[in-house]
Amino acid sequence: MNLETIKSEIEANVPGCRLEIVPNNSPSGQHSLLIDHEHALFVASFLRDAAHLRFDYCSNVTGIDWPGKEITEKVKIKKILDGVEQEVEEIQKTQSAGHLEAVYHLYSMEKKHGPVILRMRTEDRAVRIHLPSLTPIWRSAEFQEREIFDLYGIVFDGHPDLRRILMWDGFEDHPMRRDYVEPDDYEYEPTPHDAVLQKAKQHLNETGGR
Amino acid sequence: MLGEGIVKGLAETARNFLGSYVSKDRLTTVQYPEERLPQIEAARNFPFLVYDGEDWQQGMRCVSCLICEKECPPKCISIEKSKDKKLDASGKPQFYPTVFNIDVSVCMSCQICVEVCPFDAIKMDVDFELSTKDRFGDLLWNKERLSKSNEYYRKIHPTEAAAVDAQLAEERAKLEAKSKLAAEAKAAAAAAPAQSASGVTAEK
Amino acid sequence: MSATTAATAHFTLKPSTDGGEGQLLEVSMGPQHPSTHGVFRMDVALDGERVVKLKPVFGYLHRNHEKIAETETYLGSMPYTDRLDYLCSITNNWAYALAVEKLAGIQVPERAEYLRVITGELTRLQNHTSVIGFLLQDMGASGTPLMYAFREREKVLDLFESLTGSRMMCNYMRFGGCRADMPAGWLQQAQKVVEAFPRFLDEFERLLSGNEILMARTQGVGVLSKELAVDAGITGPMLRGSGVNYDIRKVDKYGIYERFSFKVPLGEHGDVYDRYMVRLLEMRESVKILQQAIRDIPPGPIMDAKTKIRGFRPKAGEAYGRTESPKGELGFYLISDGSPNPYRYRVRPPSLINLTVLEDMCLGQNVADIVVILGSIDFILGEVDR
Repeated sequence: MNLETIKSEIEANVPGCRLEIVPNNSPSGQHSLLIDHEHALFVASFLRDAAHLRFDYCSNVTGIDWPGKEITEKVKIKKILDGVEQEVEEIQKTQSAGHLEAVYHLYSMEKKHGPVILRMRTEDRAVRIHLPSLTPIWRSAEFQEREIFDLYGIVFDGHPDLRRILMWDGFEDHPMRRDYVEPDDYEYEPTPHDAVLQKAKQHLNETGGR
Repeated sequence: MLGEGIVKGLAETARNFLGSYVSKDRLTTVQYPEERLPQIEAARNFPFLVYDGEDWQQGMRCVSCLICEKECPPKCISIEKSKDKKLDASGKPQFYPTVFNIDVSVCMSCQICVEVCPFDAIKMDVDFELSTKDRFGDLLWNKERLSKSNEYYRKIHPTEAAAVDAQLAEERAKLEAKSKLAAEAKAAAAAAPAQSASGVTAEK
Repeated sequence: MSATTAATAHFTLKPSTDGGEGQLLEVSMGPQHPSTHGVFRMDVALDGERVVKLKPVFGYLHRNHEKIAETETYLGSMPYTDRLDYLCSITNNWAYALAVEKLAGIQVPERAEYLRVITGELTRLQNHTSVIGFLLQDMGASGTPLMYAFREREKVLDLFESLTGSRMMCNYMRFGGCRADMPAGWLQQAQKVVEAFPRFLDEFERLLSGNEILMARTQGVGVLSKELAVDAGITGPMLRGSGVNYDIRKVDKYGIYERFSFKVPLGEHGDVYDRYMVRLLEMRESVKILQQAIRDIPPGPIMDAKTKIRGFRPKAGEAYGRTESPKGELGFYLISDGSPNPYRYRVRPPSLINLTVLEDMCLGQNVADIVVILGSIDFILGEVDR
């Protein structure tokens, strides 16, 4: 089934929704559909209920972390130099906010087709990390959204039971984020090398040998 | 009739019980360690380093290229490369590992080091009776402990070893021919019967 | 979670929800209960014998396999997949290899495809036999059925050892093929095991299927409706036990499955007994596939010549590949950024998602039935917690 036609069908049936096809250049050719937060539930329930689509089975739900990048660009700024307004080129470095992403792989058990891939993005990685939960549409997202909340820190609004699932309740960070720093829990290892060796050296310096 | 299924099931267990006296298929237990299963050729446990000839230090095939260290998924191998070169079994000067350690408490016997080794220097052992009392020392195997002869390799993996030997012999023959040619060319150029060092390739 | 809450949660009394005289008994089942198949805990609230609440608690075996994979090369993750569902390492390898092949557009040679089908279906045989053995063990039939199951499984494991070098952690598949070809005489040995297998299944059925105790313990217990099964993304024998015809071998026809004729057994009631029967029947179908594959396997190479083992770098992009593993849909979702390590590596664990409906199936049942229902789900904690 063509993603373009699905996109135009959704646009016809869910008024006001903003969709965008995210291309995939790998040989798998699995392109995906970026949906907005406000209409996510409508889009999802349309995909599930429309008689000829019937994407009743949400197979895989997962999170991805896209940390912010440093963007270097040349900007032309008007400045007053020697009393005359001049255009000066300056190099500006900006830090993009990055975002977290949730990906849903949908199949149809009734029609036996698929996959249609949905994506949702948060605005940034620190504060505006809320996404609407699709668990009310597909129950199979329940544990998987909990896992994303646990490991990536996306907060799913409307999830019936949003708790940590793999890490313990008192745990604070989100270990699957790219910038996660593991706690300094050095243990003696007989064959330290690479990162472990660095750690071992540091600890041996601190304790003055074992 | 209630209980019929249970009676049928009991008949099945009785058949199995009595059958175990006559059929080898039904009595599969082996009384280890008195009895042992036949050694399976493809079996793998922990890696070892192969050496050619008699002396393990002289004949070590490993040239310390560090590929296995890099590719090892749980990072259980640690190698220190030598500064100088030593003649290997075929008489070619090569680097050698001054330290080659495998932490077998970390190793997961995946055989990736064997697959990526371009020199056929590391192979999988089949010895599985390795329990020790020292948690650290005895589970960290050094170069000496890891070194095993090519004869041993031929004994435990005969088919595989035969293929490796054939391939190595072919490579060495090629190398020999090449160096001979080079030597001859050199000799011709110098117009003197002096033989270059690379021409004296050790016979294996 | 933590040990302290687990300890205090043992046997606490709370007022009953129905406002009657009775009190609810909260029991913490696990994490080391023998029937939980690993370290897995359930917070169960009981009204007398009846279950009124059940919350599964995960994570005791969590090692963040996905994060480890982001620091490994593509090849380096292959042996780690063995340790997900450690009963079926070969189908795990297959799912991962399939996803990478989709990501990089690799073709697998004919013979390797046949080898994959043969080893994969053998894996299904040994998984389903041992699961039935465990189910009976959980039910209290100590020993006999499990030992018979293990006796048969042993024969399959011997085949695996002589082919891959290891009994359980096979690490057999590579991107673009398989690691090792069959040693001499292996196919004959495999054929012998496959030919003898239906006889064992007959024996197993005579021993179990008509047994009144087994029927009383399993029929009408842990019913899972068709609608809930689809909604909750249940896959594998558990889904088909509820009567939904969805087998990825038939739907996606990955590998060369469209060449084999086999049926997809379906249950009717969605109870524990149906799930047990679906597994038994599936083994008979697997035997059919195996017979065809062993008959037809062609000679040829087993690895795609163009694919490198070392320094493998797929182009930037993403792919989701899924297979019908014995537990259900095992999928791998990979994102490549063109470097030797995957940017994102995700396992879609059937064991975890099949546990979504655990509470729904257990509500209103007796406490002793929890153990039977758990046994019928067929989950492995190595895969649940990853």
